[in-house]
Amino acid sequence: MSRVFISRDSTALSLGAEKVAATLQQLSDTKGLKIEIVRNGSRGLFWLEPLIEVETDQGRVAYGPVQAEDVASLLETGLLEGKQHPLYLGNIEELPYFKNQNRLTFARVGLTDPVNIDDYIAHDGYRGLKNALALQPADIVKHVTDSGLRGRGGAAFPTGIKWNTVLNAPAEQKYIVCNADEGDSGTFSDRMIMEGDPFVLIEGMTIAGLAVGATQGYIYLRVEYPHAKVALNQAIAAAYKNGYLGENIQGSGKTFHLEVRSGAGAYICGEETSLLESLEGKRGLVRFKPPLPAIVGLFGKPTVVNNVISLASIPVILDKGGEYYKNYGMGRSRGTLPLQLAGNIKHPGLFEAAFGMTLREILYAYGGGSASGRPIRAVQVGGPLGAYLHEGQFDTPLDYEAFAAISAVLGHGGIVVHDDSVNMADMARYAMEFCVEESCGKCTPCRIGSTRGVEVIDRIVDGTQKDKNTVLLRDLCDTMMYGSLCAMGGMTPYPVLSSLNHFPEDFGLPAAKA
Amino acid sequence: MQDYQSQKPIVLDILDAHRTMPGNLLPILHGIQDTLGYIPSAAVEDIARSLNLSKAEVHGVISFYHYFRTTPPGKHTIRICRAESCQAMNGKALESHAKQTLGIDFHETSSDEHFSLEPVYCLGNCACSPSITIDDEVHGRVTPEKFDQLLAACKGAK
Ligand SMILES: Cc1cc2nc3c(=O)[nH]c(=O)nc-3n(C[C@H](O)[C@H](O)[C@H](O)COP(=O)(O)O)c2cc1C
Ligand code: SF4
Ligand code: FES
Repeated sequence: MSRVFISRDSTALSLGAEKVAATLQQLSDTKGLKIEIVRNGSRGLFWLEPLIEVETDQGRVAYGPVQAEDVASLLETGLLEGKQHPLYLGNIEELPYFKNQNRLTFARVGLTDPVNIDDYIAHDGYRGLKNALALQPADIVKHVTDSGLRGRGGAAFPTGIKWNTVLNAPAEQKYIVCNADEGDSGTFSDRMIMEGDPFVLIEGMTIAGLAVGATQGYIYLRVEYPHAKVALNQAIAAAYKNGYLGENIQGSGKTFHLEVRSGAGAYICGEETSLLESLEGKRGLVRFKPPLPAIVGLFGKPTVVNNVISLASIPVILDKGGEYYKNYGMGRSRGTLPLQLAGNIKHPGLFEAAFGMTLREILYAYGGGSASGRPIRAVQVGGPLGAYLHEGQFDTPLDYEAFAAISAVLGHGGIVVHDDSVNMADMARYAMEFCVEESCGKCTPCRIGSTRGVEVIDRIVDGTQKDKNTVLLRDLCDTMMYGSLCAMGGMTPYPVLSSLNHFPEDFGLPAAKA
Repeated sequence: MQDYQSQKPIVLDILDAHRTMPGNLLPILHGIQDTLGYIPSAAVEDIARSLNLSKAEVHGVISFYHYFRTTPPGKHTIRICRAESCQAMNGKALESHAKQTLGIDFHETSSDEHFSLEPVYCLGNCACSPSITIDDEVHGRVTPEKFDQLLAACKGAK
């Protein structure tokens, strides 16, 4: 029996992985070859998907990108023995793109069967929970604080401090809410964890529950991720069945219940208070803070709201200790960040690295430059509310403070590349338009300001009173930045102003001084 | 248009199944849309009564979320990603090609009721932009030619 791995990850599926798996099964059956196809997560080297990996005497051997038409010739030349073929890649873990990563959170993604709990445990799963069960809540929180982990959902708030607040808030019921709304374009790390290693998220949420005394958790999952929902529900069922969720977890007397809830296509529901409103069954209007959700959260109870990657980073911290995690990174940005390389890039994919690499290294050494072969002109980091960076800024290290210093954000670690065919006035206009579309409507600068913003940009591009309208646009951005309740209105000026400042020629304005 | 009387028992069943669930309005709306393909306006009254909300409140929730629809969709729903990564890979050309081929704009259904077209802002498939979904299937690196092939395959399958 040969074990063969073909991904069930959405992106692999979007390129034909299902057909590859079906063809391989069918041809093997006809030839009387005994195979077991494991549907794993993706290694994240998406230009090589659909990827086939085969377990052989020499270890795992990979082939890719494979189309259904290639399967017959692969079998003929000895796929199952790991023989040579034009699509032969060898051990995927030896490719520089993979080898030079620091895979802490993504350690198992692409390696294991995502919904097989025995496989999870065989690959060091549930070791963090085991340690946590032997600790006092305050000691669990201390490990997280010591790790230096800051929220990976965008705001980079220290996770340990948030947990401590919830731990110290007296209440008979508390909640753990996982923010799986991942609305930023160019980001897919949450999706990849949920599809490729859902147990690590479940384990992280269970530990969070123990740490703060919460017995109920919700994963608020965006509706655009149907495959993630299936994988999560399969894994949750397995965790219940094996005593890792529910009452009396592993005989400890502790309880934690977990449920997946679907969003309904509203970007603003990624904002944590809007998300809570949505979970309560209302329109996703942003709440005023204070009170913080840590004090008055879901159904009015103390609630931890954390991003998927933040929570999925918890098991390794509790397994190896806060200090171990802290040893990765630079400055106040500790640990690793899963970067997502997308847009016009030759080698798109997921790259988990310690903070501190430069954008240039990522774009060229690993990303291989643009997909079109044309020069890279603008790179947006951190989703639709993130600034556009120009060539002169590519040496900035990936670090929260270094990015803040150039009026940019790391956000969720999404990197979207544009070549020189991009029109930056169009991108600025789109950023405003996105705000019109997705504003929750609560405050005027965001709701009305963005509509006016689109019009003003149109007038600048038209050449109608260019100078006056440019001043007006800056003024409007200022009002949005300082007059908005949340970062939707408050950060839309980032992509707009960075476009205007770095690429004024696209607005028909005099070029910027280098 | 289907008449609501035949749909009502389904709606009541869904309401019943979610009676004790905290924060049940979104799960109920999903349940109805998953089963009927949309949320009939006539269902709002039943939902409101069951949850002790006003009709305006229920309507407000339905209209707030882009995903919920109040008219029946075509046989297949095509969603095209309009977000930045897809734009960087010629997503806009794909958008206009799709609209032209189907002869409809976003939020419309083709006259043969075969296809509904919706915009979407990121499918998490940005590593292989531009991306679309047809019903629940994601497709990556979609060129206009590939779009036509996918459409033909849909029609073939009926
Ligand atoms: C408009 C807006 C959208 C957001 N979208 C997301 C999102 O999709 N996913 C996410 O994890 N955080 C998102 N956030 C950040 C959350 O509000 C919050 O900071 C985060 O869930 C906290 O978790 P963390 O500390 O683990 O990062 C968004 C914030 C704003 C203002
Ligand atoms: S800034 Fe925009 S999205 Fe945020 S609360 Fe105000 S209106 Fe709502
Ligand atoms: S931007 Fe189109 S799939 Fe993410």
